Amino acid sequence: MLQYIMRRLLQLIPVLLGMTFVVFLIIRAIPGDPAVVILGQQATEEAVAALRETLGLNNPWYVQYFEYLKNLFTGDLGQSIRTRTPVNEEIWPYLAATFELSMFAIIIAVFIGVNAGIISAWFQNSWFDYTAMILALVGVSIPIFWLGLMMQYQFSLQWDWFPTTGREDVRNPVNAITNLYIFDTIIQGRFDQTLDVLRHLAMPGIALATIPMAIIARMTRSSMLEVMKSDYIRTARAKGEKMFWVVYRHSLKNAVIPVLTVIGLQTGLLLGGAILTETIFGLPGIGRYIYEAISSRDYPVIQSGILVVAFIFVMINLIVDILYSIIDPRIRYS
Amino acid sequence: MNKKAWLLFFVLLLTVSTALFGCSSDDGASEDGGDGGTSEEGGSDAEDTLVFGRGGDSVGLDPITVTDGESFKVTKNVFETLIEFGKEDTEVNPGLAAEWDVSEDGLTYTFTLQEGVTFHDGEAFNADAVVYNFERWASGTEDKFYYYKSMFGGFGDDEGHVIESVTATDDMTVEIKLKRPQAPFLKNLAMSPFGIASPKALDEMGDDEFNENPVGTGPFKFVEWRRNERIVLEKFEDYWQEGLPKLNQVIFRSIPENSARLNALTSGEIDLADGVNPSDSAQVEGNDNLQLFERPSMNVGYLGLTTTREPFDDPKVRQAMNHAINRQAIVDAFFEGRAEVAKNPIPPVIAGYNDDIEGYEYDVDRAKELLEEAGLGDGFEMDLWAMPVPRPYMPDGQKVAEAIQNDLAAVGITANIVTNEWATYLDKARLGEADAFLLGWTGDNGDADNFLYVLLDQDNIGSNNYTYYENQDLHDLLIEARSEVDEDKRNQLYMEAQEIIHEDAPWVPLAHSTPLMAGSANLKDFVAHPTGSDNLMDAYFE
Repeated sequence: MLQYIMRRLLQLIPVLLGMTFVVFLIIRAIPGDPAVVILGQQATEEAVAALRETLGLNNPWYVQYFEYLKNLFTGDLGQSIRTRTPVNEEIWPYLAATFELSMFAIIIAVFIGVNAGIISAWFQNSWFDYTAMILALVGVSIPIFWLGLMMQYQFSLQWDWFPTTGREDVRNPVNAITNLYIFDTIIQGRFDQTLDVLRHLAMPGIALATIPMAIIARMTRSSMLEVMKSDYIRTARAKGEKMFWVVYRHSLKNAVIPVLTVIGLQTGLLLGGAILTETIFGLPGIGRYIYEAISSRDYPVIQSGILVVAFIFVMINLIVDILYSIIDPRIRYS
Repeated sequence: MNKKAWLLFFVLLLTVSTALFGCSSDDGASEDGGDGGTSEEGGSDAEDTLVFGRGGDSVGLDPITVTDGESFKVTKNVFETLIEFGKEDTEVNPGLAAEWDVSEDGLTYTFTLQEGVTFHDGEAFNADAVVYNFERWASGTEDKFYYYKSMFGGFGDDEGHVIESVTATDDMTVEIKLKRPQAPFLKNLAMSPFGIASPKALDEMGDDEFNENPVGTGPFKFVEWRRNERIVLEKFEDYWQEGLPKLNQVIFRSIPENSARLNALTSGEIDLADGVNPSDSAQVEGNDNLQLFERPSMNVGYLGLTTTREPFDDPKVRQAMNHAINRQAIVDAFFEGRAEVAKNPIPPVIAGYNDDIEGYEYDVDRAKELLEEAGLGDGFEMDLWAMPVPRPYMPDGQKVAEAIQNDLAAVGITANIVTNEWATYLDKARLGEADAFLLGWTGDNGDADNFLYVLLDQDNIGSNNYTYYENQDLHDLLIEARSEVDEDKRNQLYMEAQEIIHEDAPWVPLAHSTPLMAGSANLKDFVAHPTGSDNLMDAYFE
């Protein structure tokens, strides 16, 4: 097992190198001059030329690239052109905000999605099955932008359940330590604030959870249906095992592997793909950080941001792979 | 079957209750977290804190280093300038300089500074502090201090640098000598970038740290900045103007989506919302808890006609374009009427606006006639560039372009709509590659020069004169106006200039839009400033 993990970690190196290179190339292919964008419409040509020089944009691309790699190895993610702050200082609060949001969303998605899928499979072709699967279809197709605004209208303006936007009540701000606000408020004993943070997380969390929830539900259902047709399930039922245990213990264990793959993929996607949710709900997350960097051609931020997200994605995949073997001892790695 | 049904019920109950867990525990929170709640239940203690919701975060808080409006919105309240703009206009008023005197030749300005002003770090404000700031700016570079170069022509010994010297003649008097007269000099000094910073704080922190911990003399002092989340300012107790500011705290929040921001205002999470969609104005006006603010227009949205490209090298064709486009319809449809139809390149609030000019009327027959005269009776084909991003002066470039396309078709002109990614769009338009392009401008200092010279003078071809329009008479007028110190004479020059531009018609001026803001109804004495940087010191809650 340890050997397997080590080997997977080694395999990460070319993957990560490849990632840096692709990110680097894609950005250079975007039209437009970063110096012009930074200085704005009103800049003179000399100023643009001077800025290109200071940013090293005049060097050949491979010089720029190796410079970037060299810095990465020393833990330097570059400095934001726009804000003039080192990226590794700047990025953590955004990452923490997104992490908190996606974890919240994935917990909702897994809990509801897996259960809905199981029950749908258990009572195949029942009204529950039909309703759940129609809802799942709606869930994958619903535009988050629209859903977010509708939720704000209904849950905030009409019913006053949740606040519309943000991570916290700015009039009663959280004293950030790790930037994971739930954790921060708990260790400071400010449970009123913990509730406030949860209230702020509720709507974006649910909005973000809809798509993964729907995908997980459908995957669980089909995977469960397959397993429940197998002989050992029939045997278990014949022995008089309670149906609940047949489903939740015997079937689920074998049906969970493909579901786990989907959950892993969706978690990765949530971390990098929450831009729309973050925009609608005014959350300072990594998606918005990268998005704003793209619109101002903030090369170091774009590169490092995407790299960090990609890195997390790869790590989640690794964790999922390791989980396979823990859940299903039949899976062996040689 | 019975058992099954029970089980199903049980599992459903579990699922639903878990899903609702968030909600039920949250209901409790809204009760005991009353002080953090909505404005109705906020009570008296929340009423001296203003939460200002806007579209984006600031880039930096050292005003001289930044160029974006979101940064100036904050620094305007932390820093003060020697000269201040009027509350609702861009007239010149005393600021940190209580009085000033201009020499006959317009070359020497003597400023008598306001007594009793201190910086937020306790240092006294005096002539040395002013000199320190000017010396700092003058030793900069364009990528560091963009607006200094843009307004005062350069740095240090640069040929274009208009400031010869800045000296403290005594403790409270500063003398600024210019190399040549600069008519908008006082207006330039009133711009947010030229806020006076604490020399001690600058020395101790250095530029980078100061950019995140600004220290000025303004009504509010800086407390905290968490990027993209909040910027917190607090009442400066030793502020020199008695009884001000009235608010105790100001918190800036960024909520990028206009509709979501309005939702946050409606629910009471914020007290003031920048950037309200024109289409949402009815919703604001229909809500008794809200009020709508109109920011006086200091912008222009236009269709530029590249005068070096056929057939727009013929003034008749350009005039025909002006007659062919129904501006009123565009303003009604895409600005929801929250804009004024433009007839000049400068908006009416700006001194020197020529109201005697009669705008080109929407007249299809006249347009056809002019095309006939230009030998294009059968019409022609052209590219029409549509802006890919919304701007206050152009809420939806694509739709405006479609409307123009329609209007042009009526006079026999076939327009193909072209668009590009924004930076490319600007690059190519600057190089004169577009036949006709939508664009606009928001004024920096409320001066006519900042529109006419910057956008239409031949000196700025390849820079902001995207139409490549050249007219020697106009150039002479604009150059003369730049150094004319007599306000009336100067305005006269600009009026003449607008006549020439009207005749040559390098643009189809479309609209001067009125950006909208909304606030809670109990917010008093807030005034939206045309520059977009709002002074919050008079605002209070009733």
